[in-house]
Amino acid sequence: MRKKLQVEAIRQGTVIDHIPAGQGIKILDRLQLLDSNASITVGFNLPSKDQGHKDIIKVTNRMFSEQEANQLALFAPTATINVIDNYEVVDKFKMALPESLQGAFSCPNSNCITHNEPVDTHFSLREHKGDVRLKCRYCEKSFSKDIVAEL
Amino acid sequence: MENRLYKRDIISIADFDRNDLELVLETAAQLKNSPRPDLLKGKVIASCFFEASTRTRLSFETAVQRLGGTLIGFSDGGNTSAKKGETLADSVNIISSYTDAFVMRHPQEGSARLASEFSSVPVINGGDGSNQHPTQTLLDLFSIRECQDKLDGLKIAFVGDLKYGRTVHSLAQALCHFGAEFTFIAPKALTMPDYILEELDEKGIKYHFSDSIEETAPKVDIIYMTRVQKERFDETEYKHIASRYILNVDSLKDAKDNLKILHPLPRVDEIAVEVDKTPYAYYFQQAENGVYARQALLALVLNEVV
Ligand SMILES: [Zn+2]
Repeated sequence: MRKKLQVEAIRQGTVIDHIPAGQGIKILDRLQLLDSNASITVGFNLPSKDQGHKDIIKVTNRMFSEQEANQLALFAPTATINVIDNYEVVDKFKMALPESLQGAFSCPNSNCITHNEPVDTHFSLREHKGDVRLKCRYCEKSFSKDIVAEL
Repeated sequence: MENRLYKRDIISIADFDRNDLELVLETAAQLKNSPRPDLLKGKVIASCFFEASTRTRLSFETAVQRLGGTLIGFSDGGNTSAKKGETLADSVNIISSYTDAFVMRHPQEGSARLASEFSSVPVINGGDGSNQHPTQTLLDLFSIRECQDKLDGLKIAFVGDLKYGRTVHSLAQALCHFGAEFTFIAPKALTMPDYILEELDEKGIKYHFSDSIEETAPKVDIIYMTRVQKERFDETEYKHIASRYILNVDSLKDAKDNLKILHPLPRVDEIAVEVDKTPYAYYFQQAENGVYARQALLALVLNEVV
């Protein structure tokens, strides 16, 4: 088997694999991974059997919260999360688009009441023609995920 | 009919199913026929207008008084504690502890939903920014049912500013429960937004586009007019628009006998005054109906049995 590792293996932590190419940088940014103490190895635009190209992120000594996993699902619905212990994959799960996201993003509608009041934002998610739409529970406006996330 | 609106917040027309809508309309019709000055007896209703809206406020306040309720509140948020930096959440928390229901209007979208999370009593949305104005939609539906004797399977034309007109959006969405067919007549820049059209597609509702009221009038039961704001266009453009999207007696010469014209009011010049005298004009009755629709809502929210 001629399988050459393109990104170094880690002893313990999390590997987010099969991220759509180009989304890896957004995930790093969104989850503020670079601000943490964890050491991170990334691969962008790696060849992938099913996807053509993919990004991959390896984070040492760190697990992801449900909130973070939800945000991941938004950017990389095809990604898989591998939990690594002693160089072995001990748990592996596929991303699933959450039904709602709470407190993760602020509402792009500048006249939405959530900008002035002591509440978490709350978006319900649905897929529309291949895009994910987020609808604000409060102002009832719908936005594409890129508009919500790239604020 | 079972009262599923008892103790419920009235925030968005999207929260209503067909049964809820019919319950409100049926109750409004009953209250129009036989007044019930006892239904809110002993109840105190907060009427809090964080932005001024005289018609809506007077309509709500009349509704409360006709049902024997008492009002507290304010008509212009300009001199309330909001100016001193108090959150809406705190205001609602406190005022709702004095009252049995909380009617509010606020300039920001989502304020009514937020208020419902901090209120100990039902919140009734009297308009939140450009978002929802459910009582307007209810009075529109009530008026349509009243002048056509039914709601199912009607053909309705919307004319004017269909892009920013929230009354048009909510009414179209509500009419989907009754299998309506729509014609949209609007300047290109003010056409119906995609997200509404997508919803109509998903629900299998038929709609068409037209740029002539005259050609549409013979085919529809209702023409719902809205105002095209002059400010959105330059003068030549506006003149062109005015010639197409202003309703006058001529444009009604081939109209169906049962055609009725609605308008959320106030109008400026989009309906010629001469139309008022035709049998098609129904907008003043529609405005009056606002009181009955609001009475019905208040009565249902505050009484298990009406
Ligand atoms: Zn919002």
